[in-house]
Amino acid sequence: MTAQDAVVQQETLSGADALNNAPLLSIQNLRVWFELRRFGFGHAGYVKAVDDVSFDLQQGEAVAVVGESGCGKSSLMKTILGLNRPTQGDVVFQGKYRISQMDAKTLRWYRRQVGYVQQDPYGALPPFMNVQRILEEPMIVAGISDRKERLERIHKVLTEVKMTPVEEFLPKFPHMISGGQQQRVVIARAMILEPKLLVADEPVSMLDASVRVEILKLLRGLQESHNLGVIYITHDLSTVRYFSERIFVMYAGQIVEKSPVDDLLHEAKHPYTHALLAATSDPDARNAETFKEVPPGEPPSLVKPPTGCRFHPRCPHIIRGECDVNVPPEFEVGPDHTAACWLYK
Amino acid sequence: MPEKTLLRVEDLKLYFRATRGVVQAVDGVNFTLNPNEAMVIIGESGCGKSSMAKALLRLLPRNVDTYSGKVYLNSTELMSMSDEEYRQQIRWLKISMVPQAAMNALNPVLRVGDQVAEPMMVHHGVRKEEALVQAANMFQRVGVPVDFLTRYPFELSGGMRQRAAIAMALVTAPDLVILDEPTSALDVLTQANIMNLLKRIKKEIATSFILITHDIATSSELADRVGVMYAGQMVELSDAYRFFTAPLHPYSQKLMASVPKLRSTVEPEFITGQPPSLIKPPSGCRFAARCPLRFEKCDQDPPMFQHPDGRQVKCWLYEKEARS
Amino acid sequence: MNTLKNAFRDIAQYPSAVIGLVIILLLVIFAVYAVVTIPYNEAIRLWRGGEAVWGDYPRNAAPVWTNWFSAKKLPETIIMTTDDEQVKKEIQTVGSNQEVIMHYVFDYQYDDFPQELIIFFTSQYDVKQPHITMKWITPDGRELRMSQMSVRRSDQYRFELDDRLRRRIKDMTITQGLFAQPDVLPPTVLKGKYELQISALLFEPNAEVDAKLVIYGKVHGLAGTDHIRRDLMVAMLWGAPIALAFGILAALGTSVLSMIIAAVGSWFGGAVDEVIQRITEVNLVLPVLPILIMIGTLYSRSIWVILGAVVALSIFSSSIKTFRAIFLQIKEAPYIEAARSYGAGNLRIIFNYLIPRLIPVLIPGFVIGIPSYVFLEASLAVLGLGDPVLPTWGKVINDAQAQGALFNGHYYWVLQPAVLLMITGLAFSMLGFALDRIFNPRLRGV
Repeated sequence: MTAQDAVVQQETLSGADALNNAPLLSIQNLRVWFELRRFGFGHAGYVKAVDDVSFDLQQGEAVAVVGESGCGKSSLMKTILGLNRPTQGDVVFQGKYRISQMDAKTLRWYRRQVGYVQQDPYGALPPFMNVQRILEEPMIVAGISDRKERLERIHKVLTEVKMTPVEEFLPKFPHMISGGQQQRVVIARAMILEPKLLVADEPVSMLDASVRVEILKLLRGLQESHNLGVIYITHDLSTVRYFSERIFVMYAGQIVEKSPVDDLLHEAKHPYTHALLAATSDPDARNAETFKEVPPGEPPSLVKPPTGCRFHPRCPHIIRGECDVNVPPEFEVGPDHTAACWLYK
Repeated sequence: MPEKTLLRVEDLKLYFRATRGVVQAVDGVNFTLNPNEAMVIIGESGCGKSSMAKALLRLLPRNVDTYSGKVYLNSTELMSMSDEEYRQQIRWLKISMVPQAAMNALNPVLRVGDQVAEPMMVHHGVRKEEALVQAANMFQRVGVPVDFLTRYPFELSGGMRQRAAIAMALVTAPDLVILDEPTSALDVLTQANIMNLLKRIKKEIATSFILITHDIATSSELADRVGVMYAGQMVELSDAYRFFTAPLHPYSQKLMASVPKLRSTVEPEFITGQPPSLIKPPSGCRFAARCPLRFEKCDQDPPMFQHPDGRQVKCWLYEKEARS
Repeated sequence: MNTLKNAFRDIAQYPSAVIGLVIILLLVIFAVYAVVTIPYNEAIRLWRGGEAVWGDYPRNAAPVWTNWFSAKKLPETIIMTTDDEQVKKEIQTVGSNQEVIMHYVFDYQYDDFPQELIIFFTSQYDVKQPHITMKWITPDGRELRMSQMSVRRSDQYRFELDDRLRRRIKDMTITQGLFAQPDVLPPTVLKGKYELQISALLFEPNAEVDAKLVIYGKVHGLAGTDHIRRDLMVAMLWGAPIALAFGILAALGTSVLSMIIAAVGSWFGGAVDEVIQRITEVNLVLPVLPILIMIGTLYSRSIWVILGAVVALSIFSSSIKTFRAIFLQIKEAPYIEAARSYGAGNLRIIFNYLIPRLIPVLIPGFVIGIPSYVFLEASLAVLGLGDPVLPTWGKVINDAQAQGALFNGHYYWVLQPAVLLMITGLAFSMLGFALDRIFNPRLRGV
């Protein structure tokens, strides 16, 4: 059996599973800790990048993970991509494949089920390869040896990302195309192995404002036409409403609020989410006259995070004796809406 | 009584020599700025706004092809000064800058306090101890703990570094501070903090600001006036209120429409196509190729029309109103 | 590839690079010419020398073009055999014997005396050797009688060893005396028509005799000759392909291997990287030249062995540290992460994603490195540890030095190979540094 046949067989198996309504992705009490070494040998603690995160993602659903730098969203993303191993807990794909138990071969197969769209479109493309070569690479690695088939797939995917006429773009190198076009190539590359899940890490933050919406709409379109699960990582709250159904807010390695996107603006519950909302401005001349309510301080170190609720040192609604001692569980605050905050006990 | 203008820029041009040709990065820009006023210059990548910051501060690379125009600071004409005069009298004394990503502003091998003190030592001939005291004062003003004076840049977080860079720009009490994308590398909360800081400083000190950014939402936090740049030219100059309510130039309108808004339900749009190359810009209106309101006259490059309400637009659609 | 065409266009902007490239092209043509006109085995044979090969060549003759620069024209070698038209051979019968009279006539117009004169006799006989009488006739009509002798089947007559002439010519060497103006001191050449008359008496009916007169000049050829009469052009020509081959192979092998090792070390990190770094650090301290001298002295001086040793010693060099630094940066690029995310294996990432980024750095470094290896090979040869059979520039310098060339005024012997080495080094350096300037801005932009 060729590598390609093996891939096909795996994919038919997973088709059957999808009928069982298992979530596409199930993150279960995931912890990803990185060991800190002192002078190369001594143990100096752990960077608790992801610390007890759980959620489910259905096929065809788009979820936004919002947080600032250092909140652990990158490590979460890399674990979902199969680039990091969970320290504890698990990532379960299609109800049966556990990342922590995957052997090398299955892990390789799994990585092809997840497409990765990166933040920096120029850095994400090897500068010495032209578009055709860039798009062929994942297929060559996956064992698709038929040249004709590869070209067909390239044509299909470039048409989907609206880079036509395709022949014009194939011989171009990354520095010859614009930022928006580069990002389309990145998306094309992520789609070329027909993944089930797409992880997009700040896919438009390095693009110009006038192009952003176009790319986000493209991603939305691809999600709908291919019934993909999408995890969309961003720090820009103003875009999440248009491109995802649910939003998870991450702070210091934990998810502090899970909310349907429509509830975000008016039903947000966690104080940190409120802070993010207050800090996100819409273009309005009156902004110049008002000061924003921003919690003081900075996100905590992930090596020694604060005890109890990690946001408590900055929280205006802190309940002394509770928030600084006990870690709040996720409380139900509305339909499909949870917040990890003692205010909602 | 008309206010005395702080800065008047006339036909500023900055062209670079590149391997493929001459890049007309700043192509005849005109605007004025009053004392204690904040102007925001909005544009996307490649519109020439960063080059304009460099042109105003005369931080030119070696491959300059053309550098011309007139820049009046109070009544001194800056372009006719020699480089040495400019360095001694203007740069960091009257005009200073907070560059993009404070990592560029701060020398990684020097202590932060020393760096903030340095402009005082160089320009005001102040001794080191005295300069450090002023640096400490500035740190307090921008919200950096004073004991950070002895730290190195890598020991500071992104937000702190940006505050230190702002302190460095303000320490000599210049008339004008140019900020080039001061918050684009920062998180949302830190961004909000920095903008709060800039608002506060603007109230406390009588300094003018030019804020250059592509982030339209952030720009509204500080703007008294707005200038929009496209393909090396200024296409609209307006006061902030009117601009954010109803911009005039088709590009400005499309740009505003493309910003996703948290508190509005209108779905954002996008602009198809790309800005023209700055090497051989088109001879007519540079936005015509992407403009939905284009008509025949747009084959000619429009001048900057004076709108009756004081705004300026570089678009043939406003020709009639300007003449009336 | 597009980049190659662009590179050529960029090179054209740098005059130093163009000059370097032109010189290298000339050297390559030179080298190809050498290998084509004098095949390898022939070259070895020629260089081994011996009288059969170089007998007619003068010793330590300067190149012919030195005559252009001096007022005093040094003589070139004159060889005359009975096949030449200026040589007349008469055969007379004297009783039962035959007498062969050969007249060697030539016009001598040089300002300086020849180096030496030798007559090479060949004869055929059964028992009795032919008997030779010779006389030397100067332009002004003087006749100098030379010693008589019997010749064997193959024989030589050296004018310098002739007693009779020795008694006749005083105050100067015989060679000078043959050509000098009479009674003029210091010895000055008498220009004009000279004749050597050889009479051979043959005692047997089937006996034969023939003679070749060689008047050894003081200049020869484009490159002169050395102490064992070898035409230095052979070495000048063959030195080019050897220097180029050695330099290029050594530089290429070292660069490529260093790059691969640096890539492997920086990609895998951990223990692999540590080991490679430690080996490199130890190797940096090792003195290359003394080790090569040891190998040459104790093991083998064959150029391939030396080449192998040079490459082996140079792989773990400081360039590994430089490459590693660059690789560590490249490793963090988002596209590497993307490659991992679609399942690319380690080897694929190293060879298809990391290494291509380094090629723009590699190429200038490799070109700039070529001269060092060329000089290394030459230095070894100068020290007497060069390949024993190959004619290389370094070997020529070595011979020259051993024979005291500079003391004896044979400057060309040292200068020619030295200048060729210098030109080679200069050409590659100029090209390499221009390439550096061309490629490196691109690197920074990425």
